[in-house]
Parts: sequence; C-alpha cells; structure tokens
Amino acid sequence: MKNRTSSPIPVAVQTLTKQDFTSDQDVRWCPGCGDYSILAQTQRILPDLGIPKEDFVFISGIGCSSRFPYYMNTYGFHTIHGRAPTIAAGVKAANPDLSVWVITGDGDALSIGGNHFIHMMRRNLDINVLLFNNRIYGLTKGQYSPTSEQGKKTYSTPMGSIDNPFNPISLALASGATFVARSLDRDPEHLRNVIKAAFEHKGTSFIEIYQNCNVYNDGAFFMYTEKETKAENTVFLEHGEPLVFGKDSDKGICLNGFKPEVVSLSEGAHSTEELITHDQFAEDRTLAYFLSRMTEVSGLPHPIGIFRSVEHPCYEGMMTEQINTAKERMGEGDLDALLNEGDTWVVE
Amino acid sequence: MKKQKELIEEATIMFASDSGGGSQIIGTQMTEASAIAGNDVATLPDYPAEIRAPAGSLAGISGFQLRFSSATIHTPGDICDVLVAMNPAALKVNIDKLKPNGILIVDTDNFAQRNLRLAGYSSNPLEDGSLTQFQVFSIELTRLTREALKETDLTQREVDRCKNFYALGMVCWMYNRTMDYALQWLKEKFATKPQYIEANTLALKAGNIYCEATEQFATSYEIKPAKFASGKYRNIEGNMATALGLVAASQKSGLQLVYGSYPITPASTILHELARYRNFGVKTMQMEDEIAAVGVAIGAAFSGALGATGSSGPGIALKAEAINLAMIVELPIVVCNIQRAGPSTGMPTKTEQADLLQMFYGRNGESPLPVIAASRPSDCFETVYEACRIALKYMTPVIFMSDLYIAFGAEPWLIPQVSDLPPIDVDFPTDTNGFEPYLRDEATLARPWAIPGTPGLEHRIGGLEKADISGNVSYDPDNHEQMVHLRAEKVARIADDIPPTEIFGEPSGELLVLSWGGTYGAVRTAVEHKQAESKSVSHVHLRYLNPLPKEIGDIMKGFKRVLIPELNLGQLRLLIRAEYLVDAVGLNKIQGQPFHVFEVESKIDELLRGDV
Repeated sequence: MKNRTSSPIPVAVQTLTKQDFTSDQDVRWCPGCGDYSILAQTQRILPDLGIPKEDFVFISGIGCSSRFPYYMNTYGFHTIHGRAPTIAAGVKAANPDLSVWVITGDGDALSIGGNHFIHMMRRNLDINVLLFNNRIYGLTKGQYSPTSEQGKKTYSTPMGSIDNPFNPISLALASGATFVARSLDRDPEHLRNVIKAAFEHKGTSFIEIYQNCNVYNDGAFFMYTEKETKAENTVFLEHGEPLVFGKDSDKGICLNGFKPEVVSLSEGAHSTEELITHDQFAEDRTLAYFLSRMTEVSGLPHPIGIFRSVEHPCYEGMMTEQINTAKERMGEGDLDALLNEGDTWVVE
Repeated sequence: MKKQKELIEEATIMFASDSGGGSQIIGTQMTEASAIAGNDVATLPDYPAEIRAPAGSLAGISGFQLRFSSATIHTPGDICDVLVAMNPAALKVNIDKLKPNGILIVDTDNFAQRNLRLAGYSSNPLEDGSLTQFQVFSIELTRLTREALKETDLTQREVDRCKNFYALGMVCWMYNRTMDYALQWLKEKFATKPQYIEANTLALKAGNIYCEATEQFATSYEIKPAKFASGKYRNIEGNMATALGLVAASQKSGLQLVYGSYPITPASTILHELARYRNFGVKTMQMEDEIAAVGVAIGAAFSGALGATGSSGPGIALKAEAINLAMIVELPIVVCNIQRAGPSTGMPTKTEQADLLQMFYGRNGESPLPVIAASRPSDCFETVYEACRIALKYMTPVIFMSDLYIAFGAEPWLIPQVSDLPPIDVDFPTDTNGFEPYLRDEATLARPWAIPGTPGLEHRIGGLEKADISGNVSYDPDNHEQMVHLRAEKVARIADDIPPTEIFGEPSGELLVLSWGGTYGAVRTAVEHKQAESKSVSHVHLRYLNPLPKEIGDIMKGFKRVLIPELNLGQLRLLIRAEYLVDAVGLNKIQGQPFHVFEVESKIDELLRGDV
C-alpha cells in the first residue's frame, strides 16, 4: 500500500479530462434519465480535484443509480442492496489515502440501507455520498419509495401510498452528518460546485440530488428545476447571505416564532435585514435542521445548496491516531512476544 | 492432626454459583494454576444467557467445569470428582454430574428456607439424607468469609462477593496448588482498587488455612505433571487462539488486519481480543449490525487488507448475502462462525454444531466456499491461520468454524515459533500490460488482486454475473454456466493443497469414526478407550470440510461401518452419504452440551456388536 498522508491531498498529476473518467461500458439508463447529468457532472469535475485517477473508488448498492460505477473509469464496486456504506467504510478504513464515493438512491439508502445510512452519517469517515432521489423505485419498475409523497399511486399502491416519507436532509442532519447539501440534476453548474465542496470537506459529505425519473415519476421535481417555476419555488443557500428568492429576488424567508415565513421585499414592509441569514458553518445543527424542514410546508421554497459544513475528526484519522498511540506506548507489535504473552511454562 | 497426601492421576471439579458469583473467575484461576503445575487441562464453562438472573434461581446458575490430569486428556470430563455449590440451586442443577462418593462442598449459610424454595427443594437436602452417597463438606462459607474480612472497611455486600476466593483457597489446598498466580491476578485486576486486592487475598488465604487447620479435611491430593512434548506452553481459550491466529496471518502476510464485528455470543471475545492489538496495526470496527460488519471486511479486502468478520449462526445468516457478494467478486475474507445452539436465537450460551449445512448451502445460487473447522481450543490458532492462507491464495471467502464449547474452553498450547508458521505470500499486480480483472492463475484459478491506488489497473467489480476474464457485466448463458463451474473448480482444487488425512488407528477394520469440529476430544478419547480394549475402531477427524480431503472416500472403503457423531441431526452424515453413497451411521445429540465420552463409547460398542 502506498505510504501517503491520511487524506487525499491534491498533488501535481498529469492533466486529466472528462474522457479519462469515462469507461468503455455502454451507459444503460433510460434515455432522458436524470442520472446522465449526474454522471456527466461528476466526470467533468473529477479532473479538477487534483488527485490521481487510480485513487478514486466509486461504490454503489442496487438500483438504477447504482450502475454508476460501471460507467466511471476508476476503481468501482457495485455491491448489494443498501450495503454500499458498509463496504465504503471498509475501503476507507483500510486505506485512508483513497477518495471514496458512495452512489446510492432513495430506496437503496433510506429503505433497505436505512440503518447503514444513519450510522455512516454519524461515523464521519471521509467519504462522499451522492443520493439520487427520484422518489420512486425505477429498477423494479415503479413502486413507491421512502421519499414518495403520501398518497402516491404506484403499482404497489393503487389507492395511494399510506407511508410517511423521509426527509433525507433532516435525517442526515439528525444523524450527525458534518456536510449536508442538496442539488439538482438539471442544474449542472450548481451540481458540480456542490460535488467539489463535498470532496473538499473532510468527513462524510452527503448530497441529496433531486433526480428526474422520466419513466416512472416524470416531472417530480420540475417545479424546482425548470426555468418557469424554479426561481419561485427554490431558495439557494449561500453562506452569510439572507434567504432571498423569487424571479426578481423579491421574496425572503424570515422567522415568525419558530416558523419560517415568506415575506415580500418589494412592498417596502420588509428588508433583507429581517431575513434569516444562512450560516453553513454553525456547529449547532438547529438552523440547518430548521431549513431542512421547509420542504415539509407547502408554499415555502425548497432550499438548495449546502445546509451544513463543519469539521469534525474523521473516523479513519482517529483510528490511525489510536494505532500510533498504541505503538508509542507498547512498541510496534511483536508477534513472538504476543504469542508468548501471559503465564507460560516450559516442558523439557 | 496429621494430614495425608494422596497421589491421584486426575480430578474434575465443578464450581457452581449464581451468575456473577465468581465461578468463572475461580475456575479460570484454578485452570491457570493447574496448567502451570504441568497438568493437562480441559475446561467447560457453562453459564446462562441472563447476565444476572434472580439470585438463588435455577435459571441463573453459572458453572465452570475443570479437569486436570497427569495424563493427556481431550475433554473436561464426563463426571465430576468435586462439586463446589454455593447455594441450593447450584446444587440442584449440578448434583447429577457428581460421581458417587464424590466431594460436595456447600455453603450452608445459603441453605435457608427461601433459597431452598427458589431451587425447588421441599426439604433441605443437607438434612434429609438425599446426599448420603457423597462426601458432603458443609461449610459456613459466608460466615467464615465475613469473619476473615471483619477488619476491612468493605460493606457486607462487598465482603460477601469475596466468598468465591475463600472457596478457591480451599480447593487450592485440596489439590496442592500454589495461590501465587491468583494473587498476582488480583493485583492486576484490582490495580486501582487496593481494598479489593486485600479483601480477596484475605479470603483466599483464609480458605486455604481453614482446610489446613480443620479436621474435616484430612486428605489433600497431588497430581503429577502430564507428559507433554517439550517446548513452551501457555493456557489458551479457543476464541483467544482464533484472535491470535488472525493476527499471526496478518503479520506473516504483511497485510493489515481489518476485523468487522457486531457483538454476539459466543464470538464477541474475538473482537475484544483483537481490539487490544492496535499496536499490530489491527483495525477492529464494531459496526451497526452483522451486515455492516461483513461489509467492512469486504471493503477492506477490496483495498488490499486482510478482511475478517466473526459471528455466530444468527449473525452469519444476516451476512449471507454479503458473503455471497465476496464469493462472486472473488475477494478474500475470513468469516468466523462460532456456533451456538439454534435454531433462531436458540440457546445462545450453549454449544452445538448445527450450522454446517448453513455454511455449505445458506446462500442463493451456486455458491461454493471453502469451509474448515477447528477441533479444540488450541487448534483454533492453526485452523484460522489456514483459513487466511486459503482465502488469500485462492481469492475467496473462507468459512472458519468453531463452536461455543471450544471457543470458551481452555487447554495447554504448545506455543508455535513464528518462523515455523507457513508463509503467506501476497502479490498485488502493478503491470498494466495484459491486465484483466478475472484472468486466472492457471494452477489455483485465483484472479489477480489489483487494489485501488494502482495506476492503470482501474476496474469495476460487482455482484452481477461477469464475463470470464474481462469481468464486465454479462448475461450470456454459456458464460454464466462457465463462471459457475470455474468458481466451483477453484474451490475444489484446494483439495490438492491440504495435508494428508491422519487416521488414528489402523487404516482398515470394523469401524471408522468420522468427526469434525469441537467433538474431537470426546470422540478421540472414546476411540482411545476402545482401542485399548483391542477393538477394531479407528478415528478420522476432519478439519477440511469443503473441499473434503480427496482420500476420504478410499479411507471409508477400508471399514465395514462408518460412524459420524455430531451435535446436530446428521449434517456431515448427509454430505458424506450424498457424496460417497456410504451408509454412514449417526450419533446425534442436540442438548446444547458436548458429547460425553461414554455416549460415544456405547455407540461404538453397539455398532461393533452389530446391534444396529
């Protein structure tokens, strides 16, 4: 194993291009699927991250999104349903020099892999998690998912789903994630920037990506992604900036008691000073969580961007520290001494 | 009065108390002292799943059976010479294990009405004549311990917790054991609580002096050292040996060990042991569940580490899908199944070997895996080391099987020289020329282990069927069939890479006893006894279960009958009958307890008589 420092540090490498990250396998998502955009943006941003191609590892579970690693010309592991976080943890713990990415979907991460998801969030290994949320099961042909809205009619819920959906951002925050963001398949530039920020964050970075399934849940997010409606229905989070949105930046979000409220900035009654100012670096999760709940209230725009980004010690770093401390205290392990430990006796 | 010292060959002692009453501790201390005195030792801890069942209840009794001998022994004994029962429930649960005229030591202070009632006694057995066939030593253990500790500042509750050491002091006197190691253990255990060192020391010595001073105890016993092969020994439990074997494989291969685990009886102590070895670079990861634990091992293997996980049957069931993933992607991991009594949660603190078919067949699709099993506590070291060697050489998950009986049992271990351990060579390819992720080694059929971080060898693996050589996803019908055969052939070829099978006894005759796993001790002892009676019986104990050694079929042909004793309903027997069409007979026991030697002996007699 190469002896490098404990996190991927940009080093001078030959200039790579998107093409270098494209494998020779035919992409087999449905034409028009949002996954194409996410793949393209990832392939476009990786050359800019400054680490050698061989140090990237993409790990996925099962589902449409999880075919992703086959299309990346990097090391990749298409694992089993919901378990990618566990295998990623092993890859990263064994070799902290690698840049480890988990590709998952709403069913993979939040249903069958729900337990691993929350523990991955709290464990804080330095891995990057892209959750393609299309609010539907695509690969199994159209059943409702744990992010599908209540009442959703699907093959498995002809009278409408009676499950309450998860809010992935809230779940990640509640689980202690140190980097939590949301982006859109149909906003390439924003998506690239958020992926880059996730890479640069040390610790588990979680990105929920609103992704369109044009076969089984077409248009689920169009209100937030399409030009005609996007500005009125999303608010882009910028650190240190007030929450302003709308086609003419004429609306804002302010606090009314413990509730978010939309106010108009155009009528002179309210100014940007009254609005909530975003602080993505706040150690306290309350604001980020508060923002994550806005999607639960109709009439409020969906926050897009980085909800939280705080530096906590990484699991693999602390593991290395323990190993170093043990070696300092007890010396480098000596197998002969270990086998002969404790009370021994000699038979002549 | 004049005390006598009598020379005897061996003794079997059972310590029994409420769980938490310290039977396991004093049993372990007596084991250490006996092993260091040069005796061969074998132990059988037997305790309930409840950490602290109600005091005095039958359900809460914890026992520790220890046998020590001047001869070579393989089992903790069928029947006890001494029973130390700290209360009526401990007596009731264990009295059947005491031989006629055996020594029974009881704490009479605990035989009040309430405790008798809890144990289900309608009258006091110490007074109703029901124990006349034993040598009963009625000792006021509680009062005597309190008396010995009256100068200390401890509470009465704390004082009473020292009773076990009073009893240990007595047993040390009876068998002429030094108390030095127990005293040293106390100093280490209670390094930060000197008042407990003092109190337990007082109790230990008082118990010893009590026997010396009272007329009740007229005879002590001496057991000469056993004859061992020369070398350096230590006492070892199975799980400890398993942990050391994994570390040894890591050191000899030069790979870091990553052990993912989720706590489960009886596998947890492997995790506890390995967690102490950070200075060996060992990375233990206690994960959120069994699946995550094996996932970590698989991920670590993908990164080029020695990945391992350990559990018991219920946990292995949860891991099955991931083990199958490791099988199809062909990554080397070691899966330790420390069996306990099933099905389902079953009896978590009792032994059994009923997971064999689960290990063979408990995964979807055609999923051949090497399966090897340890035979006794010290054998866990070599067997798990061998599991690592096979995994790394053949690029496959390997199932290492142990069971609660050998995991918690202890025996002397001839400490191996590190230089004598077989080498484990690992090759990570770096040459991009002609690299294909599933291009196999011609001899072993192993695929190359190209690890992330190696320039130019970027490739993708996954659970979908893969095209031969390239590893790309493939749904081609012929390719699938070929890959299924290739994976099976790879495992089958391991049979060419294992040592020849040892036959204990004549290579042909009336009866072959074929066994595997933790039944070794009882079966070997039974066969030894029958051979001593000039009976035509031989024994083969299998370490390699999949693939089976190639010569097994021929060996069985040399015998008129084949007996397969197992702590299940005949799982190896099913495999042997299916593979070789041999009409093997079973001896099957499903009680959560190991075989008694006499059970195996009487089955051998029955078969040799031709009764069945």
